[in-house]
Amino acid sequence: MSQGLVTMSYIAASILFILSLGGLSNPETARRGNLYGMIGMGIAVFATIMSDTVDSYVILIIALLIGGTIGSKAAKMVEMTQMPELVAIMHSLVGMAAVLVGYANFIDPTATLTGVEKTIHEVEIYLGILIGAVTFTGSVVAFGKLSGRIGGTPVLLPGRHWLNLGLLVASIWLCMQFIESAETGGGTWALILMTLIAFAFGVHMVMAIGGADMPVVVSMLNSYSGWAAAATGFMLNNDLLIVTGALVGSSGAILSYIMCRAMNRNFISVIAGGFGTGTGGGGEAAVVEGEVSPIEAAETAQLLLDAKNIVIIPGYGMAVAQAQHTVNEITKLLRSKGKNVSFGIHPVAGRMPGHMNVLLAEAKVPYDIVFEMDEINDDFPNVDVSIVIGANDIVNPSALDDPNSPIAGMPVLECWKGETTIVLKRSMASGYAGVGNPLFVHENTRMLFGDANDSMQEVLKILNS
Amino acid sequence: MLIGIPKEIHPGEQRVAVTPNVTEQLKKLGFSVCIEKGAGAGANFSDEAYKEAGADIIPTAKALWKKSDLVLKVRGPEKDPVSGVEETELLSEKGNLISFIWPAQNEALLKELAKKKATVLAMDSVPRISRAQKCDALSSMANIAGYRAVVEAAQHFGRFFTGQITAAGKVPPAKVLVIGAGVAGLAAIGAAKSMGAIVRAFDTRPEVKEQVESMSAEFLMLDFEEEGSGTGGYAKTMSKEFIEAEMALFARQAMEVDIIITTALIPGKPAPELITQGMVETMKPGSVIVDLAAEQGGNCKLSQAGKVVTKHGVSIIGYTDLPSRMAAQSSQLYGTNLRHLLTELCPEKNGEIVVDMEDEMIRGATVINQGKITWPPPAPKITASPAPQTEAPAVVEVQPEAESLIPEPVKQFLPIAIVGLLLYFVGSSAPASFMSHFTVFVLACFIGYQVIWNVSPSLHTPLMSVTNAISGIIVIGALVQISAPGFFITLLAGLAILIASINIVGGFLVTRRMLDMFRK
Repeated sequence: MSQGLVTMSYIAASILFILSLGGLSNPETARRGNLYGMIGMGIAVFATIMSDTVDSYVILIIALLIGGTIGSKAAKMVEMTQMPELVAIMHSLVGMAAVLVGYANFIDPTATLTGVEKTIHEVEIYLGILIGAVTFTGSVVAFGKLSGRIGGTPVLLPGRHWLNLGLLVASIWLCMQFIESAETGGGTWALILMTLIAFAFGVHMVMAIGGADMPVVVSMLNSYSGWAAAATGFMLNNDLLIVTGALVGSSGAILSYIMCRAMNRNFISVIAGGFGTGTGGGGEAAVVEGEVSPIEAAETAQLLLDAKNIVIIPGYGMAVAQAQHTVNEITKLLRSKGKNVSFGIHPVAGRMPGHMNVLLAEAKVPYDIVFEMDEINDDFPNVDVSIVIGANDIVNPSALDDPNSPIAGMPVLECWKGETTIVLKRSMASGYAGVGNPLFVHENTRMLFGDANDSMQEVLKILNS
Repeated sequence: MLIGIPKEIHPGEQRVAVTPNVTEQLKKLGFSVCIEKGAGAGANFSDEAYKEAGADIIPTAKALWKKSDLVLKVRGPEKDPVSGVEETELLSEKGNLISFIWPAQNEALLKELAKKKATVLAMDSVPRISRAQKCDALSSMANIAGYRAVVEAAQHFGRFFTGQITAAGKVPPAKVLVIGAGVAGLAAIGAAKSMGAIVRAFDTRPEVKEQVESMSAEFLMLDFEEEGSGTGGYAKTMSKEFIEAEMALFARQAMEVDIIITTALIPGKPAPELITQGMVETMKPGSVIVDLAAEQGGNCKLSQAGKVVTKHGVSIIGYTDLPSRMAAQSSQLYGTNLRHLLTELCPEKNGEIVVDMEDEMIRGATVINQGKITWPPPAPKITASPAPQTEAPAVVEVQPEAESLIPEPVKQFLPIAIVGLLLYFVGSSAPASFMSHFTVFVLACFIGYQVIWNVSPSLHTPLMSVTNAISGIIVIGALVQISAPGFFITLLAGLAILIASINIVGGFLVTRRMLDMFRK
């Protein structure tokens, strides 16, 4: 296949990728969008394989087949509650691939660049490997945290900001060393040393970030994997890689920004880590005092039967308890009795952007009764019963009225403005942010203690009888 | 432990301490329950219903008292007007009793019970702390009394509560004045309001203004500064000047309103006289006064405890048994209060009670502990009302920001300047081939920016997995290198192809799986 045809295929693939992302603007067109993405990828891979420069077909096809099999197995087996873990580990793969391609390109003897072009090329290799390596270890640690293999609490080394700065300075210095020695054909040691530093930096960065900030981290790593692809594109003079990398990179960056805005937090301070350790604020957060009023499943069912407008607010606890199917059963039953049931989703509920929507979709909750925080917050005064399932910080009133709270200023679902709020919780432990929640002792709040799924099952049984 | 519920012997008392529903819940706490035959009849709970709930029916009061380890009653022990038997005598040695006791007014009773070496918890002495709200039988009863007061008033009032314009003419709404906005007062406000009346309320405690207004009633204000809140959320006696101003207000209102409901009580004292004979005379004929304080002497001079009298054309209702007139409801609430108290008393859920005198709530309710009179308890530490206003809410001190080394305008400008310099540097030194790639890169970033903002937030997870899949495009990089000479390059590139293809296939398939689930 001629170079012109290959380039034309790349342009087609780029357009298909843009259409693919554009299709996600609503659930109707999203499936078609995904199909566009697949076609685009198919065209790009096929055109590359058919191009004149490629001739090692055997190893190439074997690698593609093995990888494809593993990928499709993983996609079939993964539970919807484990989506954040899957996405995190896939980011690490992109990072690793960028590192490998970078090294391969570095030792490729066929390169014929000279002068400034050579220097720029070397900087591109260096950056590609750097971003790839940070993405790799960062994603692996994020995967560990999300799957519970590593504790969710931030690990804060003393002087961590200085440490980060030191690592940055070291990488810049190594970059200069690398360029200097690459002129004479060396530079391997500088590259390897930098890779190790970048690995360490990725681990350190994600370890310092608390569990509540995971949605930001996941989307940030998404962005990094895109930038890694873009840097590789520069390195290989490949516009398709640049375009795709830039699309993915800006997508992840916007998601991170949306998540940060949803938590009213500065992006830099999330990345710098240490959320919930009380470094900011002008004083002690108010201590929550008061008596919680427990409630039984039977009374919950009665409240639901007496209510007209019901809002369900799911949180990470619903994912943990796998309660989404039971919740859907209850929703169906209540809707058949003429109740107005809707779902209120906070942007950072769960461990990745849109996590709750996916779980509810899995349970076949119709998406037109699932609302965003901004769409539903004004309706709470008309709501008779709100059910909070395994959520904590996203329904914490002190975010609005206690300026010293670590989550002060974060927009929350204002369910306490409704008639009654029922909170499903395993115990009185605080949420991921480690902040007490005055909602639980609010006079209109009833606590239904126990595993969310068991409690919901029981409510369902009583509603059915 | 065996819980016994005798039939109430006070004349006209319809309530019963425990309903069949509560019986079931007591059994869950590990108690056995027995009940005197016909105890629930007044509240329309049949013996069969109790039997079904798991209680034994005992034919006589004597046998029941003898058998029970713990007796639950509504009213305190008294002399049976028919048989002449003292209930105190029936209580077994070292027995346990929970009921209303009113220890301040009934010292003799307290001594009698102490002689029996009994342990007695008084439902009226449960402290007014927020933790004990679920056991607060006074509030439950007051709530019913307030509601019933409006119902009684409606019965004796010859007109609609709500205003109507009908073909037969216009009917003005009834005007109701509620004096004392405690639990009973608020319940009365709610009931009268929901029947359509114009409701006004007065209370000496200014902090209840908000509560009154939250029920969309009008709060009458005095031009007078005095704090009327006593400890425990109750009112206290006010100064002479205050009372004069208050009386003037009532006198004005009496001429205007149709119904007055008075609920003013000060703990341990006779009820204050608020409605004088003169005020009654100025009221319109056909008006109604409901005096909820009739038992303690009455807020109205002319009211008679337990009776309805008509004076100067005004019906004055002095019933003292309003909760008993709604026996089914009040028994249910009282029984639930009792169950909550027993849940606290029986933390192990093994059917044995433990009187923990360290627990503020149990300490407050216990008036006799194993024959020792423990009343009055030490004063409760927290009042139910908000802290006095003198302690102004803590002002957040604005801490001066650490002096920055860089002045603010420069700080804002700095990132732009740095980016500009970098671009200048790149532009001045980079070759043309790089610049064309850079153009593509920057434009792609902006396309991404435009496209991603339109993505619905509910699809953020599929967005991440699809971007993940397409970032597997890095496979192209590996593909073009795999054919370069050298085993090591082939190995690296092959590995890269392998892991990138995991990404591509896995990412697209999982996205498809997710999107298939999004259904309307």
